[in-house]
Amino acid sequence: MDSEIGLRVDGTPRRLTVDTRTTLLDALRERLGVTSPKKGCDHGQCGACTVLVDGRRVLSCLTLAVARDGAEVVTAEGLAPDGELHPVQRAFIDRDAFQCGYCTPGQVVSAVGMLDELDRGWPSAATGTGEPELDDAEIAERMSGNLCRCAAYANIVPAVREAGR
Amino acid sequence: MRPFTYQAPADAASAVRAVTRDPTAVFLGGGTNLVDHLKLGILDPGLVVDVTGLASVEITDLGGGALRVGAGVPNSDLAADPLVRERFPVLSQALLAGASGQLRNMATTGGNPLQRTRCVYFQDVTTPCNKREPGSGCSAIGGWTRNHAILGASAHCIATHPSDLAVALAALDAEVRVLGQDGERVIPFTDLHRLPGDHPEHDTVLGHGDLITAIDLPARPIARRSAYRKVRDRASYAFALVSVAAAVEVDGGVVRDARIAFGGVAHKPWRAYRAEEALRGATAADDSYRAAADAELADAVAQDGLDGGNAFKIPLLRRTLVATLRDLAREDA
Repeated sequence: MDSEIGLRVDGTPRRLTVDTRTTLLDALRERLGVTSPKKGCDHGQCGACTVLVDGRRVLSCLTLAVARDGAEVVTAEGLAPDGELHPVQRAFIDRDAFQCGYCTPGQVVSAVGMLDELDRGWPSAATGTGEPELDDAEIAERMSGNLCRCAAYANIVPAVREAGR
Repeated sequence: MRPFTYQAPADAASAVRAVTRDPTAVFLGGGTNLVDHLKLGILDPGLVVDVTGLASVEITDLGGGALRVGAGVPNSDLAADPLVRERFPVLSQALLAGASGQLRNMATTGGNPLQRTRCVYFQDVTTPCNKREPGSGCSAIGGWTRNHAILGASAHCIATHPSDLAVALAALDAEVRVLGQDGERVIPFTDLHRLPGDHPEHDTVLGHGDLITAIDLPARPIARRSAYRKVRDRASYAFALVSVAAAVEVDGGVVRDARIAFGGVAHKPWRAYRAEEALRGATAADDSYRAAADAELADAVAQDGLDGGNAFKIPLLRRTLVATLRDLAREDA
């Protein structure tokens, strides 16, 4: 069953016809050629497909494209529109926060969404009774939805901390 | 995946009508469990009815300490809500103990309690499972049982309910507002989920086409001193081996009242009425907490299993309850 939808992807309006079964991840990668969101597990367990939808970090592999008609989607590519790196991207490079790099676009987008959540004062399981602060425990907890099989966590945590300053 | 028709009706009544008249139809909320089930072949709907555009995303102060949470409120917004954190900290803590930041942004208040078990045999369509295919048998019994039930299981199903939110809602005497083809009704949250019995294919008492529109949190001053404690195989982003939602009122070294529910140990969020009863009037001390745990766990049954079984969950849950009550009572002193 085909359905026509519109998405704004990394600032560019796109129209496409999708089978209703198409996930947002497959629509981005296979139909629109936006390949920075990665297909890791495809079951919502690894975070490699993380994108911002209407400003919030979500898993594009568990999102039906047809259900996001009209949405604003930002991928890791869209964080650097004119080649000017986003502070989170810059920090990942400065801190060598990856090895193979496959999970990195998802890590970066997740960190951008997470820092915004922190700015809004949202608590996490690592937050005590006061306002949340960007310490290592908070970063580990808030980024727990992004797995890195190279285990570059030791550098991801400082990168996120640096970008969040 | 079989092709399906997608609809996004403008109002709840239309959505209920659409699902009610098509036995193959399903509601789509945040989709975090449903879309996975489409991929795994657990579900094969002919019609998917998206309710995210019509569901309420409001948290309404009903006065006197009560709140109404619209079914469309994302888990992350509910966990961060100042009134929820002040009046029902156990609810915020339970939500934050579950899933990941991305999933909490997607998952909804109405959908979360309706997520299905993560029993590996339920999720593997190549193995028999009475919940997925009634009458086919239970592969979990005698299989890998680390994540399975110790309370209320049956000879047909030993699955556990995976939601953390649901455990807090069971402890808080929440009420579920449901719209069905015959109008709206209210179900006590503790009656929403079923024990497996002879029909583990039914997780809840909801009928086909019933739509959760809101969850009400009645005023519970006791809940201001409440907490959620979850034990799992890794520090974050994992389902509970055992969990405890608890609220206690302590006065003069005596427990005046308590609300307790367990997660990860039964087919439903397990309201621990016997433990609550044992605690009322008891001295606020470890001996009382252990006695309360023993009262609730008297009928607990461990499962044997290829992985060594889950007998460890009985003392683990006892200790988790004692530790939770000890911390809360200390705060309350």
